[in-house]
Parts: sequence; C-alpha cells; structure tokens
Amino acid sequence: MDSFLARFKNSLVLIAVVLLQTIGLAMQVPRQSDALGGRPGDGKRVSQLRFWSAAIVTPLERLIHGAGLNVRHFWSSYVDLRHTREQNHDLQMEIARLREEQASFAEDARQGRRVQALLGFQQQYIASTVAAQVIGTSGSDRSRLVYIDKGSKDGLKPDQAVMTQDGIVGKLRDVWAHTAQLLLINDPTAGAGVILESTRIRGIVRGTGGGQVEIGNLTADSRIKPGERVITSGGDGVFPRGLAVGMIESIRPDPEHQPYTAITIKPAADLARLEEVLVITGTQATLPPLAQLDADTALASVKRAADFASERLSGVHEGEAVNATDAPVVPAIGVNGNPALPIVPRPQSALHPDRYTPGSTPRAGQLTPGAPSTAAAKPETSPQF
Amino acid sequence: MAEHTYTSRRELDQYGFHPAVTLLVPVAAVLLQAELPKLWGRFAILDLPLIVVIFFAVSRRSPIAGALTGTFVGLFQDGLTGLPLGINGIAKAIIGYLAASVGFTVDVDNVINRVAMNFFFCLLQSALLYFIGRFLVADARPLQLWHELLRAVCNTVVAIPIFYLLDTFRRRD
Repeated sequence: MDSFLARFKNSLVLIAVVLLQTIGLAMQVPRQSDALGGRPGDGKRVSQLRFWSAAIVTPLERLIHGAGLNVRHFWSSYVDLRHTREQNHDLQMEIARLREEQASFAEDARQGRRVQALLGFQQQYIASTVAAQVIGTSGSDRSRLVYIDKGSKDGLKPDQAVMTQDGIVGKLRDVWAHTAQLLLINDPTAGAGVILESTRIRGIVRGTGGGQVEIGNLTADSRIKPGERVITSGGDGVFPRGLAVGMIESIRPDPEHQPYTAITIKPAADLARLEEVLVITGTQATLPPLAQLDADTALASVKRAADFASERLSGVHEGEAVNATDAPVVPAIGVNGNPALPIVPRPQSALHPDRYTPGSTPRAGQLTPGAPSTAAAKPETSPQF
Repeated sequence: MAEHTYTSRRELDQYGFHPAVTLLVPVAAVLLQAELPKLWGRFAILDLPLIVVIFFAVSRRSPIAGALTGTFVGLFQDGLTGLPLGINGIAKAIIGYLAASVGFTVDVDNVINRVAMNFFFCLLQSALLYFIGRFLVADARPLQLWHELLRAVCNTVVAIPIFYLLDTFRRRD
C-alpha cells in the first residue's frame, strides 16, 4: 500500500485537488442557477473566499489608482495648462447651454409626470447617487466585472443600479465595507429590462460570451431597425425607467434559438473605459427638489417669454395705432360724439380685384337663391395657359 | 565545424525560490492582470497568472508543487471574477501538474521549448475552461477557436520576457 501511494503520489494529489474543486463547483452551481435573472447567490464560504481575494488585491489597486490620479493631477495642473483659458470659456458656455437644456427637459419631465399621473403610472426618479471610481477589473474576459472604490460604508447595497452620464453600465454584485463589485451589463450573467424607444417593444438585454450586449427574446419584427435607441423599462426592479441603454447595432436571426432574433446593442456607456460611475442609491416617485426647482424656473421663464411676446405684440399694434392716428382722416371722436373704436389696420386695395377681393362679393341679403352669379363675382379675365 | 552543446542532468536539476518570491510573484501577476484591462480592455486576453504557474511548475519540476501552485493561483483568480470558484483552480492545477511533468523531459531554458510550451499550455487551458464550463457549470458560451488561438499567441509573446525576468529569482536547490 505504501509503495502504491509512493508510486502514484503525484497523480493522487492531482486527482484529490481536482476532485475537491469539482465537488466545490457542484455545490455552487445550484446556487448560481437558482439565481438566474437575479443576483447569483454565493455560499458563505465562497463569499469569504471572494472577500479575501478582493481584500488582498483591492488595497493595492487603490494604491495604484491613487498614484495614477496624482500623476494625472500633476500633469493636468502644472504641465498641461495650454489652452486652459479657452477651454474654460468653452466649458462655461457649455454649462450655460446645458443648464438651459436641463431646465427645458425638467419642464418636459414635469409635463410627462402629469400625463403619467393621469394614466396611473408609477414612475421612479433618481433621488440620490454616489459617485465612485473604478479601481480594478476581474482581469478575465470571461467575467465582465469591475471593482469600485465605494462600499457599504458609503451606503451601497447589492443590486443597486450603476450608470454614467451616457447610460447604464450594470449593477452591484458583492458589496464590502470600502469596495464593491460592479457586474457590467455585457457579462453573460447580467440582464436588464429594456424598451425600444420608438416602437415601445419590451425586451431583456443580456451579455454574451464575447462581451456584447444583446436582446435575445424578441421574434423578428420589421419595425425594429438598427439605430433605434434602447432605454430601461424599469420592469426589472433594478434600473429606473427611461435610462439610456444603447442603440441597436444589428439584427440577425438567432440560429440557436429560433424563431428569435439576436439584436445586438451598442451600449451608450463605454464599458471598456469606465473611470467614474454613479451608483443609484435611492429613487422616489416625485421629481427631486433641484429638478423641481429647474422645472419651476423653466415654467416661469416660459410665462415670462409669453408676457414678453404679448407686450411686444401689443406694442406693434399700439405703434400702428399711433401711425394711424397721425393720418388726418381718422377722427379721435366718433361722428355721434362717442369715443372712436380702436383702429384696425385695413388691407391695401388690390391692384387686380377678383371675386376674392374684400368688398367685391355682394351682401348675402342682396343675393337671390338659384340666380346666376354676378359679374362682380367672376374673374375679370379667363386664365390663360 | 558545427558546435555541439548538451544539457547535463545537473542543469536539469530543480530550482527553488525565496518564499517572498513564491508569494509575491503570483499576487503581482493577479494584480497586474486586474489592472491592465483597465488601461485597455483588450489586455484581458492575457493570462499572466497562467504564465506564472507554468514558470514555477517547470522550474521546480515537482508535479505536486505545480498542481498546488496552480490551484491556489486559480482560486485566487476565481475569487476576483464572478465565476464559480474552482473553474480556474481546476484548469491551472492540471496545467501546473503537466508543466512540471514536462519539465523533467525537455530543456525548459531553451527559448523554442518555452515558446512551444506556453502556446500549448495556453490552448490546453482554453480547452479545459471550455469543458469545465460546459459540463460542470452549464455555461453554454461557444468555443471561439480563433480567439483562443490569438490568446495563445499573445500569451506566448508576453511569456518569453517574463520567463527571462523571473529566471533572475531562481536559485539552485
């Protein structure tokens, strides 16, 4: 027996190692399958192992990230200052323009809110977000997952939606005290409920093994065209409704899942170059106070614009009236002593009167039913071709 | 006149490493692997931990040490991904075992052998990951042969300078 063990020691160790891990895998697989469409559930020990792996790597990643930021800050603050003044001016202009746009969008949102309230919709607005920086990745193209520098101490929880200014990027998976895993939407285990913006067709986006984002549960429909925007539907309970997901890039039949089509989406956010993200930590059913303020401002500015326009228009009429009063034929007092009516500008007399010319048509009381039309109603000359 | 060279049994002796090197090099490999795709997403095609596992296995020429190194590095790598723990652990344990076994039979200091070894083991790992995914965790993603070939080429190109760099930490037992 001892000689057998000694002879096959190497092979036995390998078999034992592989067998143990296979059993471990078998124990994890049901948990992963049970959680399809939701958060993959890890056992306590697996979570502990993940925690320790992250605990070893993330402090170093944080260090590297901080050093990189310092170098970048030094470069941008002291070295690369050319054209800063022009850039600053351009950015100020951009901010002003965006604020105007935001105000008008807020007003649109307010109107939309009123309509939705009428229709009985329950809309969720983003109430609070936490900005975080990406400090590392999973390091594997089989798992699209990144690490951010905020955790439960900052109010983050698993399954919270994460976005950039361009659109959604994914949701939180494991959250530790100062770090969290962000599962990107192009990971095969990720998904989100979406709606096609113009056709209003609902679907589910999922990641593929190749790192693409696809809608795979829709049958062929001639209304779906490349270039159509895709937004979140809010039906998954993770992403608030109306956030940009991306744009349809291509539509092709899915040979493995007939009669469905594989609709490839180009994500709105650049998932390969994520640096800063926003974690949506809270939603609410009404507009946030700042957006409400912007909406009120927009409404007030719209009213002011209407007042201003009416003032300008009344000024035009007053001017005309003033010009008209300059004419000697217009009396200030009526013939019978009553005040004169406001003067209405009259059209100039036509050079070539026809039946449409004011005053050329006889009064209705002078017309006889069934009688031929009068000469005045006829055009003076027949059209010549 | 042609110059003849030979590799003696002495040169084929096992090498050892300082414990700090044994500990820090795999951690550095996993850390770099996690950081590089942040700079450019395509760097995710590399597998630096695999290169480290192959290097330690062929240098130590101990199948048990190779299998255990592969297991720990693979599990560490799995811990950072969203994949079930053990996918990389199993694949790298097998690679470590086989690499150590190969180390007995070929001159692993020869650059051509190193190229062939890295290319082959990288392809083998892709195949192992595919089969583990397919039959153990019901992962239905297809095997992209050209992508895996490209991965093997890229890893081989990166592995050669890394091997020469890590050679400086070797010490004869």
